[in-house]
Amino acid sequence: MTMQMAMFGYFGAAIVISALFVVYFRNPIYSVMSLLTMFMHIAGLYVILEAEFLAGVQLLVYAGAILVLYLFVVMLLNVQSRGRFIQKQTPVVIGLGILGVIEVAVLIFHTRFYPELPAIPHPGVPTLGNTETIGMVLYTQYLFPFEIASLVLLIALVGAIVLAKGKLKFR
Amino acid sequence: MLNDLASVVIVIVAVLFVLLTTIAYLTYLERKILSFMQDRLGPMEVGPWGLLQPLADGIKLVSKEDIIPTEANVAIFKIAPIISLVPAIISFAVIPFGKNSFHFLGITTHPYITDINIGMLYVLALSSIGAYGIILGGWASNNKYSLLGALRSAAQVISYELNAGMSVIGVLLLAGSLSLVQVEAAQSGGFWHWYIFPQIVAFVIYLISGIAETNRTPFDLPEAESELVAGFFTEYSGMRFSLYYLAEYGNMVMVSCIATILFLGGWNSPLPFLDFVPPFIWFMLKVYFFLFFFFWIRATLPRLRYDQLMRFGWKVMLPLSFANVIVTAIVVYMVRR
Repeated sequence: MTMQMAMFGYFGAAIVISALFVVYFRNPIYSVMSLLTMFMHIAGLYVILEAEFLAGVQLLVYAGAILVLYLFVVMLLNVQSRGRFIQKQTPVVIGLGILGVIEVAVLIFHTRFYPELPAIPHPGVPTLGNTETIGMVLYTQYLFPFEIASLVLLIALVGAIVLAKGKLKFR
Repeated sequence: MLNDLASVVIVIVAVLFVLLTTIAYLTYLERKILSFMQDRLGPMEVGPWGLLQPLADGIKLVSKEDIIPTEANVAIFKIAPIISLVPAIISFAVIPFGKNSFHFLGITTHPYITDINIGMLYVLALSSIGAYGIILGGWASNNKYSLLGALRSAAQVISYELNAGMSVIGVLLLAGSLSLVQVEAAQSGGFWHWYIFPQIVAFVIYLISGIAETNRTPFDLPEAESELVAGFFTEYSGMRFSLYYLAEYGNMVMVSCIATILFLGGWNSPLPFLDFVPPFIWFMLKVYFFLFFFFWIRATLPRLRYDQLMRFGWKVMLPLSFANVIVTAIVVYMVRR
């Protein structure tokens, strides 16, 4: 238990620090690298929660595919560091920050009042294992939301192509 | 507790030793095989038949000057080769090299470092991380050839990783597990149980994608010397250069291991009466067959053009691997029902 807490402390701290670095670095390439560090530590968090499948997918999809494209774009577009701090947004950011602090405070007090909020594993986990259970649940109990999500992604895909190719004439 | 720790440490040391020696001697093997195919002798001077050549190369690379371009981004330039090499090596943690547990100094241990239930996913995830080393190294060098090589490599790795991942799904459906140990165990009992036969399409797709992912000929566009000097590692020298080289060979061994496990039954012997040969030997024989195949291809085929590479990856291989997954899923469903 203490080992788990220590690991959680490490991963949590690393996530917070690398997330701050994403915002504070002036060089966008460094920001992307900090984001990569953060994604890896989030995968670590999933591992100590015994959600190995999520950890693997987190690395494969976010760190391996999406972030490579970010890096690609940042390198090709040569984003200037000056334009990254737009002062007009300051009031909005402060408002959102206060909202976030309140939310965290509420969460902390909530867990203090209800300290025994147990994590209930799905009944299939002990017999099937984590990965198999995700598959079972995803394709039976949550089939409809799953299909909706895939449809949304498909729309985004087609939309991206239409936007990018909009200026070209279709023959 | 202490015994468990000791057994893990023993396996890690053994795997690292075998892996690094294999990588070192692969450079020798590649030069020898290419030489024989081109009707010459290859390295002959250092040691008998040039057998100590990798050692001499190692000393040469370590003692070379480490040149960093003035305009380079020093931090990323230094860290990029490491990012490239580390995932290539730590992905060997899930590779099962043999079947039986063995004893060493009174400690019982098994021939793999760990058997996690997402083995294949772990390998795929790490191989996608390796691409960062190439992209960052090319960018940090501040050299147009390096950057072009890095961009080509990024596009290539992303496209072909997708194909490799999709082709693997067919095998995983048949085995019913993501764990590499269980995939191997599911293919025991003679070569007619190997997944190369029901998954021949996936096998071909995986092999082509594997060659493309490791940036080997005929997919070595990121380091095409006739157009890009040396691609993403143009500016690298000495030890940092050799780290990239080690990573490339490590990935080659990795692709060979995965192809062996998924399609050729891993440590299983092809015929039941050959079971007296240790499983480890069978595994190594198959892996070396694939490594030889890599060299063979290099000596045989010319390089692809960039647009051909992209078109082939997205318009031929990807639909084929999707079709393979769908057909396999339907057949497995019909049979299991």
